[in-house]
Amino acid sequence: MSHSERMNSHSILAEGLRKRYGDTYALDGFDLAVREGTVCGLLGPNGAGKTTAVRILTTLLRADGGRASVAGFDVAARPAEVRYRIGLTGQAPAVDEILTGRENLEMWGRLYHLGRRTARARAGELLDRFGLGEAADKRIKHYSGGMRRRLDLAASFILAPRVLFLDEPTTGLDPRNRDEVWQAVRTLVAAGSTVLLTTQYLDEADRLAHQIAVLDRGRIIADDSPDALKSMIGGDQIDLVLREERDLPAAAETLAAVTGAAPTVDATARRVTAPVSDRIGALTEAMHRLREAAVEVEDVALRRPTLDEVFLSITGKGAAA
Amino acid sequence: MSALISPVVPRTAARRLGWVLSDAWVIARSNLIHLTRNPAGMASMLLFPIVMVVMFGYVFGSAMTVAGGGDYRAFLMPGMFAQTMAVGVTTTLVVVSTQATYGVTDRFRSMPVSQSGVVLGRALADMAGSALELAVLIGCGLVVGWGWHNGPLPALAAVGLLLLLRFSLIWVGIFVGLKLKPESAGASWMLMLPLTMIANTFASPAQMPGWLGALAEWNPLSATVAACRELFGNPGWSGGSWAAQHALALAIGWPLLITAVFLPLAARTYRRLDRV
Repeated sequence: MSHSERMNSHSILAEGLRKRYGDTYALDGFDLAVREGTVCGLLGPNGAGKTTAVRILTTLLRADGGRASVAGFDVAARPAEVRYRIGLTGQAPAVDEILTGRENLEMWGRLYHLGRRTARARAGELLDRFGLGEAADKRIKHYSGGMRRRLDLAASFILAPRVLFLDEPTTGLDPRNRDEVWQAVRTLVAAGSTVLLTTQYLDEADRLAHQIAVLDRGRIIADDSPDALKSMIGGDQIDLVLREERDLPAAAETLAAVTGAAPTVDATARRVTAPVSDRIGALTEAMHRLREAAVEVEDVALRRPTLDEVFLSITGKGAAA
Repeated sequence: MSALISPVVPRTAARRLGWVLSDAWVIARSNLIHLTRNPAGMASMLLFPIVMVVMFGYVFGSAMTVAGGGDYRAFLMPGMFAQTMAVGVTTTLVVVSTQATYGVTDRFRSMPVSQSGVVLGRALADMAGSALELAVLIGCGLVVGWGWHNGPLPALAAVGLLLLLRFSLIWVGIFVGLKLKPESAGASWMLMLPLTMIANTFASPAQMPGWLGALAEWNPLSATVAACRELFGNPGWSGGSWAAQHALALAIGWPLLITAVFLPLAARTYRRLDRV
């Protein structure tokens, strides 16, 4: 299919994007296609090019090569049309500290040329929806980190954007605030918007995204559904948590013998992990042998691999690298 | 939730201009709200020039003689006016640099806001702030015995020259502010102070060592100060050099030149934010 044909079914379409800083490519042939009404998690370590990709797709940055369209318009040729159809929440909340929540939203609404009355009505509506109704007339400097982030999100929702870009929206938030942001994103997607979410947190992408694209050194190295990506590294994982740290080597040896794979050992969590194919067989055999070796097991679990493990196996290094 | 409006990008020049003006007003208004919500900041902004008047007018002033004769405080006030206009550039610098660093500029740029509107709004807010400072300082001058002696029209022309200087520095502030981090932008204040003192602000260049005097004579600030002294009818405006003789022309010429250089630079840097 040609670029223009694919534009009809995909809200975000990037083909061969390149961006160079000096001698290094921040993006080096970046391809991505996100279907309308879905959430795509863009995952990668610091410096992989996530923010550069978002900046190009939101018309903030000009690519050196390749092409991209968002909401049906070319980002380089028709930036004004794109800007009317997107929302962007960057890494630092872009809110005005001195103004109240309501004043912030009214200001942004008027900058979208909504007109005074519509901007005011819209601000009230969004404040309620994002749980900021009570704090609406307080200045932002009295807001918590989570409240600022929600206000920032609310600002990106003013026009109910067709495509929403969230660049690490929950970095630095506590779990409760993170849940609130996730809930807001789910609501928007339920209403038909498309979301591109960059994150370093694998569980975040796992919870929200229909599609996960893994970015490493400026290129997409994996792009699939979360389940398909997890299947890439094989079946289930077995986790053993021991009572005593000194038993770790013995447990690792036992697990290696039972599963035929090399286990990973997390000393601080007193945990040994290995992939298994015969779930129940491996579980009972391992428990039997460990009891014979007098190794006390505090907890045992069979589970699907995490995206962290997926990432490790694709890139050969951890996501936090 | 449904989309509220169907996006329309304006096609006619008149509608585009309407956007520019409306965007400029929204942005200027939010900046003016900042002023009213920060009483401590506003107080220090307005008190600083008054403290300077007291310090220079009375502490040092008692030991100063005006070249050519006249009251030192009457000599000092036009210098204080122009210095306040010049130091005002640090406000532009700090706001521009802070907004660029903390994502506010990015939000503007990812929205269908007219870029001229953003800049015009910034300019309106800065000019309003500086006009307020100037008004307070003029009141302060009247209290310490300064006044205008050539009638109201030349006095208004002098005020116009002062605001023209401030206007030209907005573009310097935007250009430099887009290139600096907020911490260094804040420190620019330290640099502005001496720059405004190597001029005819507090003493006549004729009383300085030769090289420094020449530098002071050609400082754009000196042109505005000398022209204001002339228009207000305050002592100390005459001087022997070409620059001093043509103070009025230079007080118009320098700001126009600064604008001609820095307005395109500021616009270019803003436009080119998409390349860095």
